[in-house]
Amino acid sequence: MEFQLPEYSLRLMLPEIVLFLAALAVMTFDIGTRRRSGAAVGYLAMGGLVLTGIVLASTGYGRGFGNMFFNDPLAVFFKVIFIGAAFMAIGSSFGITATKVVNHRGEYFGLIMLSTVGMMFLASSRELLSLYIGLELTTIPLFVLAAFFKDDKRSVEAGIKYLIVGAFSSALLLFGISYLYGLSGTTDLTQMQLALATKQLYTQGQMGAVLLLAIVAILAGLGFKLALPPFHQWVPDVYEGSPTPVTAFLSVGSKAAGIVAFIKIIVIGLFSFYEPLMAPNDWGIMVGVLAAAAMILGNTVAIRQSNIKRMLAYSSIAHAGYVMVGMLALNELGLASVAFYMFAYLFTNMGAFAVVTLFEDRTGSCEISAYDGLARSSPFVALSLTVFLLSLTGIPPLAGFVGKYYVFAAAIKHAGSQAGLGWLYWLVGLALLTSVFALYYYANVIKVMYFGKSPDPAGMSFNPPALAMIVIGLVGVVLFGLYPGPIIEFASHIPLSYGFLVP
Amino acid sequence: MGILSQLIFIPLLGMIVVMFLPKQNKWAIRWTTTFFAAIPCVQSLWLLWDYFYNYSGSYLMAYVEGPYEWVPSLNVQYFLGVDGISVPLLALTGLLTLVSVVASFNIENRVKEYFAFFLLLEAGMMGVFVALDFFLFYVFWEIMLVPMYFLIGVWGGPRKEYAAIKFFLYTLFGSIFMLVAILILYFTSEPHTLSILEHVQNGSTLPYTLQMVCFIFFFIAFAIKVPVWPFHTWLPDAHVEAPTAVSVILAAVLLKMGTYAMLRISWPMFPAALRDCAFYIALLGLIGIIYGALVSMAQKDLKKLVAYSSVSHMGFCMLALAAYTSEQAIAGCMYQMISHGLLTGALFLLVGVIYDRAHTREIAAFGGLGSKIPVYTAIMVFFAMGSLGLPGMSGFVSEFMIFVGSFGVLAQKWMVGIAVVGVLLGAAYLLRMVQRIFLGPFDEAKWGFLTEINVRETLTVAPLMVLTLWIGIYPKPLNVLMSETLQHLITLMAR
Repeated sequence: MEFQLPEYSLRLMLPEIVLFLAALAVMTFDIGTRRRSGAAVGYLAMGGLVLTGIVLASTGYGRGFGNMFFNDPLAVFFKVIFIGAAFMAIGSSFGITATKVVNHRGEYFGLIMLSTVGMMFLASSRELLSLYIGLELTTIPLFVLAAFFKDDKRSVEAGIKYLIVGAFSSALLLFGISYLYGLSGTTDLTQMQLALATKQLYTQGQMGAVLLLAIVAILAGLGFKLALPPFHQWVPDVYEGSPTPVTAFLSVGSKAAGIVAFIKIIVIGLFSFYEPLMAPNDWGIMVGVLAAAAMILGNTVAIRQSNIKRMLAYSSIAHAGYVMVGMLALNELGLASVAFYMFAYLFTNMGAFAVVTLFEDRTGSCEISAYDGLARSSPFVALSLTVFLLSLTGIPPLAGFVGKYYVFAAAIKHAGSQAGLGWLYWLVGLALLTSVFALYYYANVIKVMYFGKSPDPAGMSFNPPALAMIVIGLVGVVLFGLYPGPIIEFASHIPLSYGFLVP
Repeated sequence: MGILSQLIFIPLLGMIVVMFLPKQNKWAIRWTTTFFAAIPCVQSLWLLWDYFYNYSGSYLMAYVEGPYEWVPSLNVQYFLGVDGISVPLLALTGLLTLVSVVASFNIENRVKEYFAFFLLLEAGMMGVFVALDFFLFYVFWEIMLVPMYFLIGVWGGPRKEYAAIKFFLYTLFGSIFMLVAILILYFTSEPHTLSILEHVQNGSTLPYTLQMVCFIFFFIAFAIKVPVWPFHTWLPDAHVEAPTAVSVILAAVLLKMGTYAMLRISWPMFPAALRDCAFYIALLGLIGIIYGALVSMAQKDLKKLVAYSSVSHMGFCMLALAAYTSEQAIAGCMYQMISHGLLTGALFLLVGVIYDRAHTREIAAFGGLGSKIPVYTAIMVFFAMGSLGLPGMSGFVSEFMIFVGSFGVLAQKWMVGIAVVGVLLGAAYLLRMVQRIFLGPFDEAKWGFLTEINVRETLTVAPLMVLTLWIGIYPKPLNVLMSETLQHLITLMAR
């Protein structure tokens, strides 16, 4: 047998390489200036991300390294989200690096960038092992970042908790992957999709228990990453304890990475096993249950939270549930809607966290009650947070609404496409109903800011980069709410590139 | 940009301008807002005029803009147009917004935000009446909730926060049903379209059950807005806690959106479902009429009395909508919408006038005010008479048309009989209110300081008086204006 050397198309990997080098440069710069780099290191990191974005835009589609590295629409779209999340997380970190992590600025920014590199590799993989490595590259820097305030007990607790849960979920995922490999004899996802389908036909569904075990283990592993109940317990504590920009990055970047992994393994790899006929190997209904649990739990428990970071943590659980609804729509809208949802979520949630960070920098508090009367002391920031929260609720014409509309449209279309999927209607109904619950706790923050009567409302510190992040978020939320056309157009290439054709 | 887009975007532009004015300069903010509310008001009245002379001979949409592609991959279009049922409501919106802005001059707290939200509210309301694309319609329908939430929550009465979130949650809850129905309609239409006009023209091709589901979903969304009993519980809270001008807008325009949307969307779209639901709709309307009137009668608070009278009056609209095969009934429904907008709007304004002076709205606290403030008394009695259906005023015309129309076509004639009792009850609570506040002995020590209604306040109610009388005495122009559209709608609904 002739052995063919794979093609090393390094050009395709250029964005990752640039970002990796930029991360090293950032860390070196900080050490080189004897930890006196000040804000410059942050701007350097942002510059590195912008450069990566430019390189990504000029790289184009293609595949290389055998079938190990793909730059397809899915990869490019999500890489944009990752870079955007890292950019906005770094942009809102200047308050923290000025006061709290003065001796480790380089590591702080560098780790965020390295984690982003991991996410980008993950998005480009179409093969189980490189996918797993990408996922680990993503999470390991995040363990450190979560515990970055090493004098703060809650931050250390967050780090440890995240580490243990992360390691456990990775092990579960790996366990599931090993079964899939055993069943299909390949780690390549497109081949696996075919191999498993053939095997299912050939054995007349005798794979039963083994495949079921694999699906359950993978769903559990990814469930931890995506914070789908009952695998969500770590989320509120980790979100609360971590430095706020890291929380923001976790809630958008890391979540988007989990979603990419989910798309690759479940939606693409196990494509043929989402059929009512395939029970009990039908992963559709399992994901449906997880999504329902996420939406119910996230939206109800969030109502009781008095800390805004914990509230946003539960809201992010709920949003993972909405995304799963789109994931269940295996048609030409489904994956596109998921991608667009995350794109809208990037601006909305990063913007909301930028406000929370800015507020925390000034007052040191994340209690919702501390926002009393903010509308009078800082009208612009209060208005921005209001817009972000309304977008999270899904009030038109903001980006969050378009995302929700798109996701639910995809699901309803799929529900009508074949018999036995009637439960998807109920799932969409539940999603809409819980988004009414969501209004209550989002509006609660707005209420405190606008209706509060505090005689001496806390103001905002003036921090140009963080304000710029708020403006970026605001522009994104409003612009892509009013004019989502181009992004939706781009996103709709994703399902097409995976063979979900317009019927 | 066509005139309909201007109706939406001029208030939005005004909002932006107001946001950039200095906070301290309250009069500049007030007059700028008045200016930006006056333009759409004049435009919408001109529209009424122009539509009457040039377009009322046909049921086709006039001043159509679009359809322009907005989100091509989801077939969302920017598509506006008006016909005989939206033009009068646009004029009502334009006029009442201007009136409310002028009536809000006494707001002293956070003036800038107040007027900015008010203009955003106007843009949303105008949008609902001109949108011909489901997505666009939904956007405007929802966008209104945000300013409304703030207007009630910041400038409202003692229980404002509760009232504001209750209103927001209630309406959003209704909207999600509409969203599901819209998505189902979209994916079952071939080719996929979100155009309201096309869906209405083609009628629903859905299987009966799904058609019924969609009809009921739309009904819930719209019934909450109207509000139809038993979805009315947000109304007394919101109306009572809202500041005067916002109560006016709520009663005069927001409630009309529900009935307008029924006529525009769900009624002609699902004739089969409508046929089978008509009895229940009439029944809900009837319960609303009687229940609203009885509860009104028991109120001690003047504003609550007016609020519950809205439930009763909108019940007449529902009764008329159930008798959808009669042009008279549907025209009566339109008359009732306009007349209720004028009369209840005016009543809320007048309640605000007395509340600003006396700082109480308790009916029992007053007595004999007729001798102290005769002009105010005369105006109040005028609108109370209009509201109870005195011939010669708009309320009589609309209620009479509803009774005649629905008696002719409703199979259950007794329903109309009971509805007439509702008018009687209306007379009872309004006359009792007039008697207890304005007649009887006057307590000079307690109310000696009350001053007469001032020029600004008189100016706000004057146009409403004129229109009430005009419609009451000579309703024909309005009839001519709507007739073609209504006939077309009836052929669609009765198919």
